[in-house]
Amino acid sequence: MQRYITIRFLQSLLALFVMSMIVFSLARMTGDPLDVLLPMEAGEGERERVAKHWGLDRPLYEQYFVFLGKALRGDFGNSWKWQGHTAMGLVLERMPATLQLAGFALVISVVLALPFGVLTAVWRDTLFDSVGKIFAILGQSLPGFWLGIVLMWVFAVMLGWLPTSGRGGIRHMILPGVCLGWFQVATTMRLIRSSMLDVLDSEFVKLTRIKGIPEWKVVWKHCLRNAAITPLTYFAISAGALIIGSVIIESVFAWPGTGLLAVDAVRARDFQVVQAIVIVFAAVFILANLLVDILYAYIDPRIRYQ
Amino acid sequence: MALAIPQRVPWYMAPLRLLRAIFQVRQFPGVAMAILVFLLVIPGLFAEWIAPHDPIKGSLALRLKPPMWEKGGSITYPLGTDKVGRDVLSRIIYGARVSLRVSIEGIVVSGFIGTALGLMSGYFGGKVDALIMRLVDISLGLPIILVALVFVAALGPSFTTVIALVTILLWARYARQIRGETLSIKERDFIARARVAGASHFRIMFRYLLPNVVNTLIVLATLQVGFVIIFESSLSFLGAGIPRPTPAWGLMVADGRELIVTAWWISMFPGIAIMLTVLSFNLVGDWLRDHLDPKLKNI
Repeated sequence: MQRYITIRFLQSLLALFVMSMIVFSLARMTGDPLDVLLPMEAGEGERERVAKHWGLDRPLYEQYFVFLGKALRGDFGNSWKWQGHTAMGLVLERMPATLQLAGFALVISVVLALPFGVLTAVWRDTLFDSVGKIFAILGQSLPGFWLGIVLMWVFAVMLGWLPTSGRGGIRHMILPGVCLGWFQVATTMRLIRSSMLDVLDSEFVKLTRIKGIPEWKVVWKHCLRNAAITPLTYFAISAGALIIGSVIIESVFAWPGTGLLAVDAVRARDFQVVQAIVIVFAAVFILANLLVDILYAYIDPRIRYQ
Repeated sequence: MALAIPQRVPWYMAPLRLLRAIFQVRQFPGVAMAILVFLLVIPGLFAEWIAPHDPIKGSLALRLKPPMWEKGGSITYPLGTDKVGRDVLSRIIYGARVSLRVSIEGIVVSGFIGTALGLMSGYFGGKVDALIMRLVDISLGLPIILVALVFVAALGPSFTTVIALVTILLWARYARQIRGETLSIKERDFIARARVAGASHFRIMFRYLLPNVVNTLIVLATLQVGFVIIFESSLSFLGAGIPRPTPAWGLMVADGRELIVTAWWISMFPGIAIMLTVLSFNLVGDWLRDHLDPKLKNI
């Protein structure tokens, strides 16, 4: 087990390393940072002075290692657009908003997907199952940004029940949370349904029924415990997906999180901030995947010895 | 066997039954196919002949006309006009071309690369396999929307950039699936015989292994088209996909976003177009999977 975790951990580090390389070179392709830093009429001497100050006159690989060394300490330099802020500081400052939204969406997806997934499996091929299926297929087909606009139009503009955008109390969270969570609800629901169907078919369930255990206990205790393994590990993946999905939803609802920051930073060509965001997001994503793998290995011993 | 007695269905069940018929996955998805043909393929191919107006030029005098069934709408502009007076219907028809091209080119390019690498990975094993699978892991671990934003800032929004991004995003899924299949197929007798008969590695991979994974490829491709269309329109929505003024559905939704209160039709209709197309592709994909390749249940 320890060996397996070590190997997976090293692989994750490698992935993160390659990610940092991609990010670094992509960010450098966005154009000469000096063009953004300096006014158009800056002279040659001025350019050199600024390049020296930011370390832009040294060879590219050296710049990369300087970047990597600092990145390991969480130092991505100062933001160019938002004067007086460090890139990491900005990301950390906006992070709680994103985590709050993603967490809320995750809660929505668990609270909705679990009962609906189980019930659609139990009441298979009934009207309830069909409605559940329609809901799930719609969730996978609706473009999130459009859903956001429609919900905003109906619930905020026409009915006036909820605020249109921005961050505030729980009422501000409902629309973006639903938008972000719906896709996850759909996917998780389908997963739970299919694994519940497998379990409901198995021998031990028949035995519990023969023993006379009440039906609700058979379903919610004996079956669900066995069927929950796959969906449980999927929640880790969806946590990563939710954080990344926040980029679009946050710009629809003007939610002041990291996703909105990312869009703004790219538009302003703020390398430092873009690098910080992408590395942090990638780290979260890769960490989530690592956790899933370890969880799997813990649950299913066959994986450890491969 | 009991006789099926026709039951009287209460009137309020009728719409539910209709919905159920549309979403009935196991049967042939006729409605979905028809939607694809009439919403995507025909408009995409023959936009010049079908579209009633120019999709890019509009006249400011005719701006923000509502759809024809609303007060003030006219039959000339059935779905209304946008804020610079362009016909929404014509733009949706031309937009189908963008979606069609992105999905075909994206799926073909990524499918080609992914299949080739997946075959190599599964067939050669060892170091090649390890290297390719690491690349797959990394590629699947990329926060793709962010990579897309950085990419677009670097190269500018363009059709090619979108295709490149789709490829970066999707090749790994093909590679992983095809590798898995190849691992089991290459142990079969006919591969060993081909090797004994002196077939080259290249020939074995593309002549003997490839035909055995074609079903998987078709199912994977169909299931991913919907995803590609959503991805492209999301990018366009963020201003990172197809550049203006090309009519793309995602861009049109973005254009109508601030006007949602006064002119809801600008972003509503293209959004519905995206939804119907993606929905249909998902239904067709599910059906194909059930019929061609039931073992792909978990994709």
